[in-house]
Amino acid sequence: MTKFNAWNVIKNGLNGQSYWTRQWRDPEPKSIYDVVIIGGGLHGLATAYYLAKNHNIKNVAILEKGWIGGGNAGRNTTIVRSNYMMPGNHEFYEHSLKLWENLSHELNYNVMFSQRAHVSLFHSPGAKDSVSRIYNIMRLHGTDAELWDLKTLKKKIPHLNYHNSRFPILGAAVQKRAGNARHDAVAWGYARAADTLGVDILQNCEVTGFTRKNGNIESIQTSRGIIKGKKIGFAVAGNTSMLWQMAELGNLPIESHKLQAFVSEAVKPLLDQVVVYGVGGAHFYISQSDKGSMVFGGDLDWYKSYAQRGNLPMVQDVAEAAMAIFPSLGRIRLLRHWAGVMDMTMDGSFFICKTPISNLYLNAGWNYGGFKASPASGWYFADLIANESPHNYVQNHNLERFEKGINIDERGAGPDPKLHG
Amino acid sequence: MIRINCPYCGERDHSEFSYGGDATINYPSLDASEKEWTEAIFFRKNIKGFQFETWHHSNGCRMWLVVERSTVTHEIKSVKPCHPNLQKVVENNK
Repeated sequence: MTKFNAWNVIKNGLNGQSYWTRQWRDPEPKSIYDVVIIGGGLHGLATAYYLAKNHNIKNVAILEKGWIGGGNAGRNTTIVRSNYMMPGNHEFYEHSLKLWENLSHELNYNVMFSQRAHVSLFHSPGAKDSVSRIYNIMRLHGTDAELWDLKTLKKKIPHLNYHNSRFPILGAAVQKRAGNARHDAVAWGYARAADTLGVDILQNCEVTGFTRKNGNIESIQTSRGIIKGKKIGFAVAGNTSMLWQMAELGNLPIESHKLQAFVSEAVKPLLDQVVVYGVGGAHFYISQSDKGSMVFGGDLDWYKSYAQRGNLPMVQDVAEAAMAIFPSLGRIRLLRHWAGVMDMTMDGSFFICKTPISNLYLNAGWNYGGFKASPASGWYFADLIANESPHNYVQNHNLERFEKGINIDERGAGPDPKLHG
Repeated sequence: MIRINCPYCGERDHSEFSYGGDATINYPSLDASEKEWTEAIFFRKNIKGFQFETWHHSNGCRMWLVVERSTVTHEIKSVKPCHPNLQKVVENNK
């Protein structure tokens, strides 16, 4: 692997770009690995990278049924933030944000992480109190958080709908260190860095069954033959229930829902921040990509689905929210929209935990928050697999928390997966 | 758009309805163990394929329905009232 630096850019510039090596290998599967991670998305790739980097476990394979970064890694709105308040969640997401801040250097790959600020609008004194509580909790834990009054907000984002809106804007809760990143680069960066440390990335390798022995999973049947793993990790959010049932483990506190995202044609620089609008049933978040496209999304499609395609009522809903808050977008044309399948959990929080099978570990249930979580998800999942006990931050992110009554429910929405957006 | 054939109102857009959830949950008795209640409230089959699910015709007749729908293709096989006695009423009125 050729390192990306100024010297190599100049050298290859003078040699017709002929000295670059491929970024990761395409190896044949070995018969046995120390750890097999199922799922070549951001979480699986990050897990393999941190297993090799932090725990020196390098005999690792990632099994991916399609191509890496082809699932939800490429189907999100790339927002990175850490505005969480529940114990466990805020430490976890804050660590993730810190990993993001150094990720391009860490991976020697420009993930285009841009800390452009995450601006969450509020529209009533009650909403201001509610968000102030969350952002004060963040400050108490050392995370940056601030409130912008209307004057500051108008100066920073002059073209929001301040005049005739049904719900007048009163101000915004802001996390300045938050922002977004380039999703493909994150997948490729982790893949390249993991591969360099010896991880085998096996694409077009679909898991079709498991062979059990003495309570453990002894081997995995795949479309590229039988692969054995001393330890096995699931990181297949969206399809976790399918794999869970393939391992004959029964039900999970998860429903699969689809979430749409939208990209417009490219326009001149219009928006320097990530803006979030949510009031009166609306839910809308928007940023502008480096190419100039407006990237935005809204709610789930509200019914359970494994289809990776969106439905039109939500397109209308999101367009209405866009017009309510950003009337200047009225003439913009939509380029693409798509849907990703999410693990929506019963309390809106994720799972990084052990399972009833002693050599199987679970990483699942990322709801809306999978993209920003991916570095810390890999970090703590690798930690769990290597040390066989969960780190303090994720000690309650397990399947037993519901029976124990320690749900980690940021919104207090109750046991209905579709409400945890 | 999914079209749901409401037994009371006829075929309508799914945007008139609200999705409920799994229609096959059997809630245990009140004195059942915490384990059984946890399973009923929090754990789901999360079927990929045809499943029975509840929908509420919230912007229509406001009746609850049981819909047999594929979670992959969104094709609907059957729509019935939630309450079994109401099914008989609907059939008698045809």
